[in-house]
Amino acid sequence: MTWGGWLTMTLSVGLVSTLFAWSVYRVLKKGNPIEKLHGIEDIDKGED
Amino acid sequence: MGVILAVAGSAVGLGNFLRFPGLAAQYGSGAFMIAYFISFLLLGIPICWAEWTLGRVAGQKGFRSSPGIFYVLIRHPIGKYLGVLGTIIPLTIYMYYVYIEAWCLGYAWYSLTGKLSLGANVAAYGDFWARFVGATENGLTISPDTNQVLVFLIIVFALNFFIIYRGLSKGIEAFCKWGMPALIILALVVLVRVLTLGTPDITKPDQNLLNGLGFMWNPSKMGGQSIMQQLANPQLWLAAAGQIFFSLSVGLGVILTYASYLTEKDDIVLSGLTASSTNEFCEVGLGGMITVPAAFIFLGAAGVVGQGTFGLGFKVLPLVFSNMPAPWLFGFAWFFLLFLAAVTSSLSMLQPGIAFLEEGLGLNRKQSVSLLGLLTAIGCLFVVYFSKDLKALDTLDFWVGTFLVFVLATITIVLFGWVMGIEKGWNEVHKGSALRIPSIYKFIIKYVCSIYLVSIFLLWIFFNVLGWNPSSHEFKPTGYITDLIGQNFNPVARLSLGVIAMMLIFFVITTAAAGRRWDLISNRSKSNLSKGGSP
Repeated sequence: MTWGGWLTMTLSVGLVSTLFAWSVYRVLKKGNPIEKLHGIEDIDKGED
Repeated sequence: MGVILAVAGSAVGLGNFLRFPGLAAQYGSGAFMIAYFISFLLLGIPICWAEWTLGRVAGQKGFRSSPGIFYVLIRHPIGKYLGVLGTIIPLTIYMYYVYIEAWCLGYAWYSLTGKLSLGANVAAYGDFWARFVGATENGLTISPDTNQVLVFLIIVFALNFFIIYRGLSKGIEAFCKWGMPALIILALVVLVRVLTLGTPDITKPDQNLLNGLGFMWNPSKMGGQSIMQQLANPQLWLAAAGQIFFSLSVGLGVILTYASYLTEKDDIVLSGLTASSTNEFCEVGLGGMITVPAAFIFLGAAGVVGQGTFGLGFKVLPLVFSNMPAPWLFGFAWFFLLFLAAVTSSLSMLQPGIAFLEEGLGLNRKQSVSLLGLLTAIGCLFVVYFSKDLKALDTLDFWVGTFLVFVLATITIVLFGWVMGIEKGWNEVHKGSALRIPSIYKFIIKYVCSIYLVSIFLLWIFFNVLGWNPSSHEFKPTGYITDLIGQNFNPVARLSLGVIAMMLIFFVITTAAAGRRWDLISNRSKSNLSKGGSP
């Protein structure tokens, strides 16, 4: 494995892992960013 | 967290673990990863945010299906027909994707029971796969004497519809809440195994871990070209942007439907970013570290080069795992993780169809699930029966899973940046959000993303459809065209196009019926408002 290979691997894997960890941290820190996903049963079909 | 995992589950699929590593290794990872990350920032993330926003805006107005979403956002009769794409794309993809899902489950089972330990000859694994999926002859798959793929198909088909029938919260969300973490844990287990392989065969000292990683990540593989020379190759950009595009599940109509269930309090900037980064972590951090290095360590460069997604996944890797200590354990872990990744994706493909049948035609859950089950079962049987050379699967994947996806993504980004307007879109995306998207993204979404997307689409048509050769400046239409037109046409390819046409006709007719229903409801609401009553 060349130095270029090490650099490419470290930067690529490091970047996506950091972004993933940061995003998950922000989601957990904020609590629940999405309160509740309404189920299909909640769809208003517009019927009387 | 449930919807983030559901969207991430939709995005994380077979392409993360099989297609991405093959492409990165093929194009020389250094230049490829530059093009890949630029595409992620300029194409993937902006379209993701646009889809989340458009879906939520339409959802606030009571529309959850793609035709309904386009009906309310475009406010023109033709709008709902554009939205038909957001229903037929995921449903048609489901028809063949669920078949591949059955392969993964079958391979997990065969790994566990030891039937996949076929020795050290890759040809044996190729023969096994061809027999299992019926690639040698049409109709082979429906004969119970020859293989058991139909049994696995029935299991995964039933599982998908059982989960869908349970609804969004109790079904998809609940499954993804344990399925996604399980998938990542299984991938980490396999990753640790691969990274501790060392040099398994001392008679082949070159086939070791470091050289395997080097084969995947070394930047200078394109004939000694510099990174700048490699970046001048349009095919590399096409491959990188295409991978980002399809990997994130944008342009499928899936995110639009999921986001329509959210409220203005929900943080879609962070949710979109988290779902996308989960996908990228699985793709680059896990897929990029496992597949190609493992294959190289056992088979060398010759065993990896030229293998497509299916070749790498179902011929090379079973051999790799069968040569590891405890092959049943790691083979099972690998194929079961692929199965989980496939299920979380296929579930998301059914939801837009269910939403449309319930919202547009007023069907209840049981009716909509039954109708969709019948429709997709017919399409799936078509794919399974015409299995020779996987022609039906390949044709549907090309024209729906690639061509129409490009079309829908282009419509979506134009809708967000130009029809809704970037300023309104900007306000909508930030409602409920703790994060601010950098202002440069206004310019990126409105201009860069649109131009980039259209350029990639045109490049794709030039190279992959019309077969443009930049050296000789000649067009030589690819098999996807010659299969349909000309003397040597392929009847299965034509029939596959017929399936797409029938799906289109069915959903255009039902969308017309849904449109009349929505118009009626809308007129009734306006009438009630003008009389001073409640809408």
